[in-house]
Order: sequence, then structure tokens, then C-alpha cells
Amino acid sequence: MNNNETFEPTIIGFTCNWCSYRAADLAGTARIKYPPNIRLIRLMCSGRLDPTFVFKALASGADGVMITGCHPGECHYLEQNYKALRRFHLIRRTLKGFGIEPERIKLVWASAAEGAKFASETTAFIEEIRKLGPLNWGKASNQSPVNSDQSADDWSLVTDHSPKEMPA
Amino acid sequence: MTAPNGKKPKFAMYWAASCGGCEIAVLNIHEKILDVDANFEVVFWPFTMDAKYKDVEAMEDGSILLTLFNGGIRNDENEHIAKLLRRKSQILVAFGSCACEGCIPGLANLSPAGEIVHTAFNTISTDNPNQIYPRTSFDVPEGEITIPKMFPTLRTLDQVVDVDYYMPGCPPESHQIGAVIDLVIQVLQGKAKLPPKGATIGAGNSTVCDECTRVRNIKTIKSFHRIYDVDIDPELCLLEQGVPCNGPATRSGCNARCVSAGAQCIGCYGPAEGVIDYGARLIAAFASVIDSTDPEEIEAILDGIPDPTGQFYRFNLAGSLLKAARPAFEKA
Repeated sequence: MNNNETFEPTIIGFTCNWCSYRAADLAGTARIKYPPNIRLIRLMCSGRLDPTFVFKALASGADGVMITGCHPGECHYLEQNYKALRRFHLIRRTLKGFGIEPERIKLVWASAAEGAKFASETTAFIEEIRKLGPLNWGKASNQSPVNSDQSADDWSLVTDHSPKEMPA
Repeated sequence: MTAPNGKKPKFAMYWAASCGGCEIAVLNIHEKILDVDANFEVVFWPFTMDAKYKDVEAMEDGSILLTLFNGGIRNDENEHIAKLLRRKSQILVAFGSCACEGCIPGLANLSPAGEIVHTAFNTISTDNPNQIYPRTSFDVPEGEITIPKMFPTLRTLDQVVDVDYYMPGCPPESHQIGAVIDLVIQVLQGKAKLPPKGATIGAGNSTVCDECTRVRNIKTIKSFHRIYDVDIDPELCLLEQGVPCNGPATRSGCNARCVSAGAQCIGCYGPAEGVIDYGARLIAAFASVIDSTDPEEIEAILDGIPDPTGQFYRFNLAGSLLKAARPAFEKA
């Protein structure tokens, strides 16, 4: 792992047009400060969040993904944020199978009035990811084909299961 | 498209990291295999005939008209032949799920290569008292002998070389193979045109659900079940009955065989048209039909899918956006 002190996480944040994007907007107009590590992408609704977006973000080098939407019961499209909620749970479970910490995905409900909440949740998430360290997925997955001169003897170095001796 | 001086165009088929089922599927086209022989000169097909790599190396570049390549790229032999056949072939088809998206061999991308070797050579099911492991090279009095070197992960064919067409399926259905062969022969006779490069051939453009004859209503799922744990209604959509069926994200073309026979779709025809990440599409589909708005209850329902990564990426792991799990990339 890199030195986590100097590590600046890249976070992709998905916001919904009706609540959380306006919360982010409010945080801006109210001059509430939060670290610049998050890149916000506005969707019309958290229900528009295709899980592909999350995997694409992580595969392209993001260290964490924050999904935001309207509070339960307040969705502009009635109940699509519940779909986002269920997808969030299933994405986290699936990422675990890939060896990716589920904590790298966060779900935040923020109404248009909750600029302060948006800023504090974002700050907390960035610090959490900073502790987890870089994901480095894009680099890691591109490295794999390059190791083509890895020899059989190197396999044993990959895990603890190295054979005690290699009889001739 | 015909070869000069009236000779038959050349055909090749190769297997890399695969099980051999694709070759069986090709032979399963029955008497149509005679059409292949009548229209092509088979120059390289290790499954059916003796051929040496050096014979292929000696061929002129682009001299093979059509190569069906099945299997993923797991070791340097696979990679060498993939690059060699790419050079020698005018049309290279990623044939079958392994070449297209990694398939079952791609599931090894969940584990480090060292662990795979260990499992194969030194676990309780293997009788290996002296802990003998393979070496990639070994000196004998006659000289050095070698075996292929294994890569840390399995890659799909198009992650290694340029691919002209994709033919999905594990294995591709024989009637689809037959249709593709008919098409190629028509192209040779000037009666049809080749599809655009990069197209998926021998499959439909929709999803398995579109071909499925089961009755569909509004889905509200309160629990997921293994198919053997419940009495299955033979008429009703399997997903509706709580059986995780991969039909919603899977490409059509198989005539919904498994679902018609009472088994859930496991996704061997790969992502449907326009789907970038197969697993992500399934996550979206499954999450949409769960009937709960309470996080705790949702978690309890999702416990019914004990291995989501395996469920959603059984055939598509190597071809997915994430390509492999972290342990496969990281050296201890």
C-alpha cells in the first residue's frame, strides 16, 4: 500500500437531480467546505444508477463510490430510490467476492435542504477511503497480462502454499 | 472471398483454455460437417487431426480464411497460438463463451495462480506424497524441456488479439453453428454479405426472457431459493418463484433451453446486446424485483443468494469490467 498520509482518494459521487444534487449546490452557496476529492455526476434519480456505473468507476481508477438520493419516501419518482437502496446492498455483496472492501461504496440520503449533511457525509467518506488506501484497480488489472514471463517457480511465491521442496 | 486458382479456402479451429465442448458442438452439426469439408480445406484443427504448430507458422500470413478460436488465454502457449492464428487468418472468430468472456475457466480469476496450482497438485484429493510440482523448464540429458508458463489471470481472446466476430454459448448451440456455416458458405458463393466487424453471430439480439415461454407477471420477491429446495411451477417465470434465473441479462439464441427444461438460466450465452457488464445488469434486475424497502429485510432476502459474485459472473468474470478478483492481481 502507498503512504496513506499523502494518498488523495478519487471518489465518484452520483447525485439525484431533485435532492442530493441540490444539497451539494446548497453546500456550495452556503460556503460549506469539503475536500475536493469527490467528482459529482448528476443523474435524474438514484434509481437511474446502473450498477455498471459503479464497476466502471472502480475499474477506471476510483477509490470509492458514493451513491446519493432522496430520503426514503421522498423520491421524485415515487419509489426509485428504494431500487437504488437494494442495488447498493447487492453491489456491496458482489464486490466482496472481488476482494474489494464493501466500505468503498457508500449510500447517503440527502434532501435539497441538507447541504451541511452532504458536506459532512462526503468528508467522512473521503477520510474513510483514505484509511482504506488506494484501490489501484485500473493499474492492477492492466498489469496482469504483462507478467507473461512469470515462471512456475514464481507461482509458489504468490501464496503461502509453496511446496517445501521441489524434488528433481 | 474465394482463394486463387480454384483451391478451397482454408479453415482452422483451435482450443486454448477450454473443455473441448465447443469442438463437440461443431461435430454435433451432423451431416452439415460434410458441407464444411466440401467448401473448406481444414488445415489446422488439433481436436480432429494431427497438425504441428510449425506447420501453421510456415503458412503465409492471411492464408487461412476462417479460424474458430475457442478457449481463454491462460498460459503463454495459448497467447502464442492466438497471436499466430490472428496473423494467419483473415477472419478470426471468438468461438464459445471461453474465448468471448472467459467462461468457467475465467472463474479462476477469483484466486491467485499459485493457489490454483496448489489445489491441482497438493490438496487432499490429489495423491502427491513427494509434493511434486510442475516446472516450466527442466534439464534432461537430451537438453531442456519446457511446458507453457501460466499467467496470473485468464484473459478473453479480444483482450489479447483483434477479434472479428463473436459467437457466444457454452457451447454454442449446434443449430446456430449450422446457420453460421450456411452463411459463410453463402458468402463464399457471393450470395450473402458478411456482418459488420465486431458483430455477435449465431445468437439473437435480445434476452433469454424474450424466448422463454413461461408466464410472466409483476415480480415481487420476498425470498430467493435454490431450485432444488422448492416445488417449481412448470408454467410460471422462475425468477418470479424466487429462483435466481439469469435470463434477464443473457443473450438469446439458445431457444431458452434450460428454462424450458425446468432449470434456471445460468447465463452461458453471455451479455445481451448493449450490456456492458453482465453482472451489473443482473444486479439491477434482481434488485428491482425484491419486494422490500427495509435495509435489514433486504439483507435477509439477499442471503438467499449465497455467492453473488459466482451467480452474476459465472461465465463473464474475465470479460467483466473488473476482470478478476483482487487476490489474482496481488502477489503476497
